[in-house]
Amino acid sequence: MPHDPPPSSRRRALRCLAYGGAGTLFALSGGVLTPLELARAAADRAGTAKLGRPLFVQLSDTHIGFHKDANPDVGATLNRAIDLVNAMREPPALVIHTGDITHLSRPAEFDLAQQLFSRLRVTEMHSVPGEHDTSDPTVSEYFKRFGSISGNRGYYSFDHAGVHFIGLINVLEFKPGGLGTLGEAQLDWVREDLRGRASSTPIVVFAHMPLWTLYEPWGWGTGDAGALLSELRRFGSVTVLNGHIHQIVQKVEGNVTFHTARSTAYPQPAAGNGAGPGPLEVPADQLPKMLGVTRVLQTRHPLALALEDATLA
Amino acid sequence: MSQFRGRGVASRWPAAALAALLAGSAYAPAAETADTVRIDIKNFRFAPASLTVKSGATVTWINQDQEPHTVVSADGRFRSGAIDTGERFSFTFEKPGTYPYVCTIHPRMTGTVVVQ
Repeated sequence: MPHDPPPSSRRRALRCLAYGGAGTLFALSGGVLTPLELARAAADRAGTAKLGRPLFVQLSDTHIGFHKDANPDVGATLNRAIDLVNAMREPPALVIHTGDITHLSRPAEFDLAQQLFSRLRVTEMHSVPGEHDTSDPTVSEYFKRFGSISGNRGYYSFDHAGVHFIGLINVLEFKPGGLGTLGEAQLDWVREDLRGRASSTPIVVFAHMPLWTLYEPWGWGTGDAGALLSELRRFGSVTVLNGHIHQIVQKVEGNVTFHTARSTAYPQPAAGNGAGPGPLEVPADQLPKMLGVTRVLQTRHPLALALEDATLA
Repeated sequence: MSQFRGRGVASRWPAAALAALLAGSAYAPAAETADTVRIDIKNFRFAPASLTVKSGATVTWINQDQEPHTVVSADGRFRSGAIDTGERFSFTFEKPGTYPYVCTIHPRMTGTVVVQ
């Protein structure tokens, strides 16, 4: 999309929202998105650098264990995504994985995933589980490896570089026939966690299933997310990062930016195109363009976050 | 509508019962006999969605989708783990009653087994 001057109104910013694509940089300042074409941003490194320093990378839906026609080697595409992260001019301190680390919750899949993640040149990695990570009979494999930070509850928070991060789990409690659920215990914990925090604190919330309803027939949403959003609206900068749908969809509501990430394993069809949210087969040369990671940059004046999506090709 | 809580259900199973559940069910092919009834998982649906069997019958779910699914009962009586394409899960129903179940990966997929 052509480079426009920063929009002066929220309506103009929303018109400029891009849906996926090879790479789009969004700078968020004071709740308004300024879109910049990534190619232009790459050509103008000095101008892009002013947008901020890399804060973390969002990785999602690696589905280690998947081995069908849509991608016969998800380990290889994950390695390419890791190479992309490691090659960034300024590597981030954090990687956040928004779930579906594995495909079938099997121990060997978790073992291989952790082995591959160890190649990331980052200081720390945080995650939340997807429904593919909690499908073992005892629902324990994910928590054995990644549960300690949350006391095996699946939800937790931490602070980094002045940003408050909240990891939530919405794949355990659900109503049959319905959407993902956070549950009252988790919502009560969020209320307590946010109590007393200055509204100027940038907040990043990450969970596997989308925290807004994209397409209910396929379960793309979280039924009680409204209660969560009510707690977040007073903050000046809120970024909500999800996975699950294997494609980028974004929207802005006031000071809240919602972003779902691409998978590093396989794409899924757009909402409603097919019997259900299964793997989408595409020509081999198209696959890398539909897989990728998201980099989140931190701007300093004013303190806010910008999202940058990158594909494997 | 009842609410499932997968982790809570699994954690209440005694270890011996859980071992028996896993040994007799997950992934192992079950010989189809007159006492074995089949449910196909296809296009994100259980077919048939409602199945009536006699006490003592073994029900085998066979996944024909490209996506894995699970079969998890509302009362915690059975829980399959992830069933990949071509894999199957079996459970023998001894006690008469109505047993609703769901796929925990795709919770809109629901089914019922009625045991007479």
